[in-house]
Amino acid sequence: MSADTPKNKDQVPDAARPAPPVGSPPPPETEGREEAGVDGIGQVTPGMAEKQAEGAKAVGRAAVAKTETATEHFFADFDETELGDVDALDESVPPSSMWRDAWRKLRRQPLFTISALLIVLVLAVALFPGWFSQANMNACSLADSLKGPQAGHPLGFDKQGCDIYARVIHGARPSVLVGILTTLTVVVLGGAIGALAGYYGRWLDAVLSRLGDVFFAIPVVLAAIVFLQSMRDRAGVVGVVAVLAAFGWPQMARITRGAVLAIRDSDFVTAARALGVSRGKILWRHVMPNAASPMIVTATVSLGTYIVAEATLSFLGLGLPLTMRSWGWQIGDAKTYLREAPELLFWPASALAITVLAFIMLGDALRDALDPKARG
Amino acid sequence: MGWYVGRRLAQMVPVFLGATLLIYTMVFLLPGDPVKAMFGERPVNEAILERIRSEYNLDQPFIVQYGLYLKGVLTGDLGTSFSGRPVAEVVQQAYPVTVKLALMALVIEAVIGVVVGVFAGLRRGKLFDSTALVLSMALIAVPTFVMGFLLQLLLGVKLGWLPTTVGGNQSIKALLMPALVLASVSMAYVMRLTRTSVAENATADYVRTATAKGLGRRAVVRRHILRNSLIPVVTFLGADLGTLMGGAIVTEGIFNIPGVGNTVFQAITRGDGPTVVSMVTILVVVFIMSNLLVDLLYAALDPRIRLVR
Repeated sequence: MSADTPKNKDQVPDAARPAPPVGSPPPPETEGREEAGVDGIGQVTPGMAEKQAEGAKAVGRAAVAKTETATEHFFADFDETELGDVDALDESVPPSSMWRDAWRKLRRQPLFTISALLIVLVLAVALFPGWFSQANMNACSLADSLKGPQAGHPLGFDKQGCDIYARVIHGARPSVLVGILTTLTVVVLGGAIGALAGYYGRWLDAVLSRLGDVFFAIPVVLAAIVFLQSMRDRAGVVGVVAVLAAFGWPQMARITRGAVLAIRDSDFVTAARALGVSRGKILWRHVMPNAASPMIVTATVSLGTYIVAEATLSFLGLGLPLTMRSWGWQIGDAKTYLREAPELLFWPASALAITVLAFIMLGDALRDALDPKARG
Repeated sequence: MGWYVGRRLAQMVPVFLGATLLIYTMVFLLPGDPVKAMFGERPVNEAILERIRSEYNLDQPFIVQYGLYLKGVLTGDLGTSFSGRPVAEVVQQAYPVTVKLALMALVIEAVIGVVVGVFAGLRRGKLFDSTALVLSMALIAVPTFVMGFLLQLLLGVKLGWLPTTVGGNQSIKALLMPALVLASVSMAYVMRLTRTSVAENATADYVRTATAKGLGRRAVVRRHILRNSLIPVVTFLGADLGTLMGGAIVTEGIFNIPGVGNTVFQAITRGDGPTVVSMVTILVVVFIMSNLLVDLLYAALDPRIRLVR
C-alpha cells in the first residue's frame, strides 16, 4: 500500500493548498484511508467535513489531482510531504493510539468479557430492580418464615418471611451507589491533590504528602466506625461516602503523584512550556491524560473494595440507614440464623462477592491492557 | 543512612500529630455528650456531670484538651477510661492477643502466598497459574466477615476441627481459624506480588547466565530467582503487620477475641473516648514505625536502592 497522501495534512481545506503539480498515478482507494482521517484522536476539522461532503472518492488531495491530470510523474509538495510519509506505511491499519491498543487487547481477553458482562448485569439490577423482581421485598409475612423456594419466590423466605430473591435484587442499588460515589469522589479529590503535589513539587508536595500520610495512617474501617457512631442515623449515603472517601483518597493521590512525577519532565511537556502554554493547561491537557491509565486501574479495583467497606459497615449496623437494605445489612441480619439457615447468608454474600470480583477482574484486565510493564 | 532515618523520623512528627488530632477531633468534637451517656437513662445531678467533665479535662477548650492528652501520651500516661480503669491496663490486656493473632496471620499469608506465588510465577500462563490467579481474586472479593462465617460453619460446626470462638482460651489452636480469616485478603496480595515478581525475574539476564554456567534448575530458582523476587514481598509483609493489627476489628468481633479491635469497637459503641483515642494512637504509631522499618529493610535487602539524604 503506497502512502502518497500525507495523512496529517488531510485536514487542510483544498482551497488553501497550492495547485497540485502534475498528478500521480491513481492511488488505490482504501477504506482504511478514510478511517485514518477520522481516527482515534477524534478531531474533526472543517476541511475533513468538506471533503466528506465531496464524496467517498475524494479521499485526499492527490486523489483530487488525479482526476484533472494524467501525467506520469509525481512531485511531492515540499511543504506538505514529510520524509516519513514517503516511506511505505500500512494505511489499512488506522494509526494506533494507546487507548485503541488497549481496547484491542481488552477485547481478546476472556477476563474482560466476563467481568464487563457481569458489571453490566449488576448495573442493570441496581438501576432497574423492577425488571428482575416484581415481588415486594417489604411485604413479609411471618407465616412464610424460613419457607423454601416456591413459585414466584425462587430463593424462598428469610426468618421474617421476606422474599430473599427480592431482597438480594434490591440490595444491589445501595451497594453499587456507595461504591460508585466513593470512587468518583476519591478520583476527583485524590487525583487533584496527587496531581498538584506531583506537578508543583517543593513545599506543596511536602504539605500534601504529609496530609495524605495522616489520613493513610488511620485504618479506613476504624475511622468510619468512629465517625458513623457519632453521626448515628444522620449519616445516610452522603455520610458513608464522605468518610470512606476522606480516608481513601491518599492511595489515589499517591498513584497520581507518582504518574505525574514520571511525566512531568518529559520532552513533550518541556516543548509545551517552551511554546508558552500555561502551567495549568500543561497539567490538564498534557500531563493528566498520560497519568490516566494508572488512575483508571486503581479506581476500578478500589470500587470493589469500597463496596466491601460499605458492606462491612452495614454489617456492623453502622452503614446505610435501614431503609436501604444493602447486601452488608442482609449478611449481618442473616448471621443470627447462621446455624439454622446458612442459605440466608449465602445469597447476599454471593451477590456481593460476584460484584466485587467483577470489578477486581476488570481492574486486572485493564492493568494488563494499559500498563506496558505488566504485560507478560 | 543516618541522615535518611533522621529525615524520616522528622517527617513522622507531623504525621503523628495530625493523625492523633484527627482521631481526637472525631471522638470528642462530633455531636453527643459522652459524660451524659455514662449515666444512660438515669437522672443525674449537674454538679456530678461538672466534676466528671473537669476530671477528664472536658471542660477545657478543645485544643487544650488535645494538648493535655498529647502531653500525657508523650510522658507515658495514656489516661483513664470512662469506666475508671487506666487505659494502659486495657492496652496491656488487649495488645498481646492482637499481636499474636497478627503474627500468626502474617506467617500464614507469607508461607501460603509465597509458595503458591512462586509456583504460579514459574508456570506463568499455565493451568496452575490461572487457577491460582482466579482464586486470589475470589479471596479479595469475599469480605472478611463472610469468610469468617464460612470457616466457622465449615471447620467449626460441620467438621468440628477447630473451636468456633476464642474467648478466654487464646491458644494457637483457637487462634488458627481467625488468623486464617485475617490473612485471607493479604494472602491473595502476597501471592499476586510474588507471582509477578518471580515471572519478571525468571527472564532476567542473570538467570540466563546462571543456567548457562550449568547450575541446576532448583539452584537457579532458589539462589537467584527467589532471593531477588522476595524483596518486594518482604517489604509488603512488613507494612502489612500494621494493617493487620488495625484491620482486625471485624475478625475479632466474629470470633469473640478480646484484642485491640474488639476493645476499640466496644469502646466506640460505649462512647468511651479516652480508650478509643489511646488505642488508635498506638495503632498509628505501629503503622508509621512498620512503614519506616520497611523502607530501611528495602534498602538493606536491595543494594540497588540507595537512600537519598
